[in-house]
Amino acid sequence: MSMFSNPFSLKSKLGRCLCGRHATQEEHAASERAAGLGDEARYRDVVASGLMRALFPNDMKRRAFLKAVGASTAAAALATFFPLDAATEAFAATGKPEKTDLKVGFIPITCATPIIMAHPMGFYAKQGLNVEVVKTAGWAVVRDKTINKEYDAAHMLAPMPLAISQGLGSNPIPFVTAAIENINGQSFTLGIKHKDKMDVKSWKGLKFAIPYDFSMHNYLLRYLLAENGIDPDSDVQLRVVPPPEMVANLRAENIDGFLAPDNVAQRAVFDGVGFIHSLSKTMWDGHPCCAFAASREFITTMPNTYAALLRAIVDATGYASKTENRKAIAEAIAPPAYLNAPVTVLEQVLVGKYADGLGNIKDDPKRIDFDPFPWESFAVWMLTQMKRWGQIKGEVDYASVANQVFLATDAARVMKEMGLTPPATTSKSFLVMGKVFDPAKPAEYVASFAIKRS
Amino acid sequence: MKSLGVRAGLLSVLLFIAFCVLWQVAVTPSASTGPALDPEYAKLMGISTVGAKSAMPGPLDVAAKLWDNLKRPFYDNGPNDKGLGLQLLYSIGRVALGYVLAVLVAVPIGFLIGMSPLAYRALDPFIQVLKPISPLAWMPLALYTIKDSALSAIFVIFICSVWPMLLNTAFGVGAVRKEWLNVARTLEVGPWRRAFTVILPAAAPTILTGMRISIGIAWLVIVAAEMLVGGTGIGYFVWNEWNNLSIANVIVGILFIGVVGMVLDLILARLQRRVTFPE
Repeated sequence: MSMFSNPFSLKSKLGRCLCGRHATQEEHAASERAAGLGDEARYRDVVASGLMRALFPNDMKRRAFLKAVGASTAAAALATFFPLDAATEAFAATGKPEKTDLKVGFIPITCATPIIMAHPMGFYAKQGLNVEVVKTAGWAVVRDKTINKEYDAAHMLAPMPLAISQGLGSNPIPFVTAAIENINGQSFTLGIKHKDKMDVKSWKGLKFAIPYDFSMHNYLLRYLLAENGIDPDSDVQLRVVPPPEMVANLRAENIDGFLAPDNVAQRAVFDGVGFIHSLSKTMWDGHPCCAFAASREFITTMPNTYAALLRAIVDATGYASKTENRKAIAEAIAPPAYLNAPVTVLEQVLVGKYADGLGNIKDDPKRIDFDPFPWESFAVWMLTQMKRWGQIKGEVDYASVANQVFLATDAARVMKEMGLTPPATTSKSFLVMGKVFDPAKPAEYVASFAIKRS
Repeated sequence: MKSLGVRAGLLSVLLFIAFCVLWQVAVTPSASTGPALDPEYAKLMGISTVGAKSAMPGPLDVAAKLWDNLKRPFYDNGPNDKGLGLQLLYSIGRVALGYVLAVLVAVPIGFLIGMSPLAYRALDPFIQVLKPISPLAWMPLALYTIKDSALSAIFVIFICSVWPMLLNTAFGVGAVRKEWLNVARTLEVGPWRRAFTVILPAAAPTILTGMRISIGIAWLVIVAAEMLVGGTGIGYFVWNEWNNLSIANVIVGILFIGVVGMVLDLILARLQRRVTFPE
């Protein structure tokens, strides 16, 4: 867990590779407990993580640097040209929030876990905020209510702020992805009568549901189909269906399958109407899914409120990232006021030991995970897919849109103010179905696909 | 020989019992035992016994849920979880507001249109086009322009219930017997007095018919609107329970929607009877 691990440790990984960090996380938590450090230390680590990541986009270089000078020297060196304490203080600033009564909208799925659990588990209250979390019927309604300012901030699909900012499907209004809510946490689910269709190539002619046009679900499902030679626009039907309604539609055989949040997929299994074909993490381990989003206006007019809200979310996300807390979280978010779902379904999602609907028990603790860092390269990837499928017409300035919407650049901005030269990107490359994505070359990436619209 | 009322009541009860028995039989799983499941897997699937469980709840499940809801109708656990009674009050409040607004607009305008055959003929095509538009079609437009979901729901009620009242009022006023108007004219009754003492009583039954149609539509609309806008109300309750796939609670919600709709219709029917006069 890059955001919550010690950036000055050789063992921790700042996001490049996500596997094997579990031990580090526990170690980190244990050391923090042993040292009796509280919030201060955690905020410091979060800030330092961002800074180290900005300085060393390449993890190999970071390690080489740490090896060469040692962790304590590195920390001291960093502190000489970057006021780490001041930055930490700014992040942890207890400036009086301009407004304490807030409304945050959410869709009842496990992706919203940090936003929801922050309410019953007191993360908002700890920041002096009185947040009302409001369940919402669909993504378009979340969009409209956030634009209307009925919600101060909201749970959105990670590509939605990109779409809203560019005026896709609405008026262009500057929105930001302040933090990523969850990574992974989606499943390809098929109706129980399609048991024999384990090979994606046999999915021609099926009807699939996705939650929204501007969603990772749409892009991942299209990607998977296209990689298997199925044109998502002509060989299958993709329908927009709100997640809670997918199980009912699958039962009615109105659709043959869906890519949806894990709790919906697990619900289909629990009700005996579907089975989990595969987890989305098998396509791209660590992919972003949902986001904590707000309008730029909210951030600029109420900086203290925004900071407090973001602290609560980051805190909750950190808490949710620890496997040992997941059971308690499942119980906290199951009641009617939140997800309104059976605890056993949520536990299977969050803890990762689950029935797949075909009679097998699988165990994958990283089925859903939580990491708030809004990598700009995530945004660039989403933009490439918007371009690929014709949602964006004409030229796209990938880097600048990503930069405006995904707030990963704060560290870089502060460095610039200090007269330093920050690295060009706050990006990382990653693998999607075995193919390397280089955020510096988005146009080439789009051009490299056999099936595309533009 | 018992009276017709008693016999009809008895038949109703019998029909209801037969319906419940059939329902229970239809949802009872067949006794066939499937392959034995691994107990750990079964636990994850939420099944303790082997055998297919019907997704459809039986009448007893629904009765149990109904009792649960009736036991504490007014609890309030924050914005997303309120008792059935509270939800109904929210819905009735919205309907009342939107409907009263519609009455205030439709009856006077309908009156004016009805007095002028020209206006009636000219406006009729517009009303006919606007009348059949579904509430869900208005909703995005309302959200987009009004920028407030609570007001949008009320606006949608208003816009959907205004047309039948407008049309019926206009029709009722336009159809007042010529002889009555002529009598009023020979007696040199002023236009205001004519409107209130001759036209209004004559057109009242038709106006009330329009109002009765409208209250039915308003109640239909609120459920759809609340499902979309969410937050509070009986429509949200049904949506939230669907979200939970608790079909038993959905049925309870449907039952209450039906009962309230019936009560609203009865009130208007009684009003209508009061203003109707024998010619």
